[in-house]
Amino acid sequence: MAERKVYGAPLSTATMRAVACLYEKDLDFEFVQVDMRAGAHKQEPFISLNPFGQVPAYQEGDATFFESRAISKSIAYKYLDKGTQLLGKSPEESAQVGVWTEVEAHQFDPPASKLLFECLFKPKFIGTPTDEAVVAENEAKLGKVLDVYEARLAKSKYLAGPDFSLADLHHLPVIHVLLKVPRVAALFTSREHVNAWVKDITSRPAWRKLVDTYNF
Amino acid sequence: MAAPIKVFGPAMSTATARVLACLLESQLQFDLVPVDMSKGQHKKPEFLGIQPFGQVPAFQDEHISLFESRAICRYIVDKYTEKGKRGLLGMETLERASIEQWLEAESQSFNPPSSALVFQLAFAPRMKLKQDPNLIAQNEAKLSKVLDVYEQRLGDSRFLAGDEFTLADLSHLPNAQYLINATDRAALFTSRKNVNRWWEEISGRTSWKKVVEMQQTPLPSSSST
Repeated sequence: MAERKVYGAPLSTATMRAVACLYEKDLDFEFVQVDMRAGAHKQEPFISLNPFGQVPAYQEGDATFFESRAISKSIAYKYLDKGTQLLGKSPEESAQVGVWTEVEAHQFDPPASKLLFECLFKPKFIGTPTDEAVVAENEAKLGKVLDVYEARLAKSKYLAGPDFSLADLHHLPVIHVLLKVPRVAALFTSREHVNAWVKDITSRPAWRKLVDTYNF
Repeated sequence: MAAPIKVFGPAMSTATARVLACLLESQLQFDLVPVDMSKGQHKKPEFLGIQPFGQVPAFQDEHISLFESRAICRYIVDKYTEKGKRGLLGMETLERASIEQWLEAESQSFNPPSSALVFQLAFAPRMKLKQDPNLIAQNEAKLSKVLDVYEQRLGDSRFLAGDEFTLADLSHLPNAQYLINATDRAALFTSRKNVNRWWEEISGRTSWKKVVEMQQTPLPSSSST
């Protein structure tokens, strides 16, 4: 039995968030695909792994966990000395990793996810038209968030400090998908330091390997 | 003598209260610096310098300046838990992983619908803002589903992450406090046997009672435990 297993779907940004961490830490794992179109994530046996019925779930030995950001943090702590160190290299930087992982979760992800849903998910999987008003509203919100990022990244190479960390990694899956929508990509490319940061983090070997492996 | 820990924000803000609860649980001295949100102080340049998103709370500990209440809480617990003692983030990796999982559940599943309801039902009337019945109905339905999961979990476990009170439980206190005591939706919690038991236990902690007292005090002041 594999020591580590990820249960999820290649199209799920949350699943790819957990997988990205495993790749950066250079850790082997088995990927178990959950058939979301068939609603497998809302039933047994998956629901015992995550009672909220969401991917991913992560199993290591006998222990199971859910919530991609908790999974990645736990992996980063447990395997501190393996692969890329993702938790900051000084007390100050580590504290900032904490801050900017929360920023990703509470400021970036809400408008970004809504844009993902309207611009990609709806047309591709549901077949209903994009709601232009929702797109405009969330482009404006995301723009304001990225203004803060622009100011931050003008002073700091990565969000938490001089080193790549979980704070940057957590953004990868959603940014990767949003770059496929030209009008949303422009929000990133039109901001000098955000653009440089996006280019940097999306060209990391571990991330490129994930994109190729999962056809993400 | 080191400068005291500073928290910037009103005690009645749920996110500020989250940090206050953590400081009081950790038995740390701190200064609560008022931020007058009714005058837009949180959107002024001086405040944006310590919290660029213009939200409360902000936090300073010597030369470290932080924001985002859950990040501040994790920092406090990591820095100030005595070595060898079980703090609010547990003692070893497996425990911590479970606590982080339920902290994220609070952050991602419990917080959005409960925050929306707190705003609509507790704050909007006070601020003379129009309530949105659709939003209320949607978020009540979402929160009910989340609390069904909690009901099952808390039937198997005394606290969310296990046998001990942790940061995962603490993080729920501010929103739940308002919903149960300042709206007519208390039944969301009290009608669920295990959730109700858990609520009674976590809200009965001395540190939380002190936060509630601070929320009811009209002028925020220097505080020590």
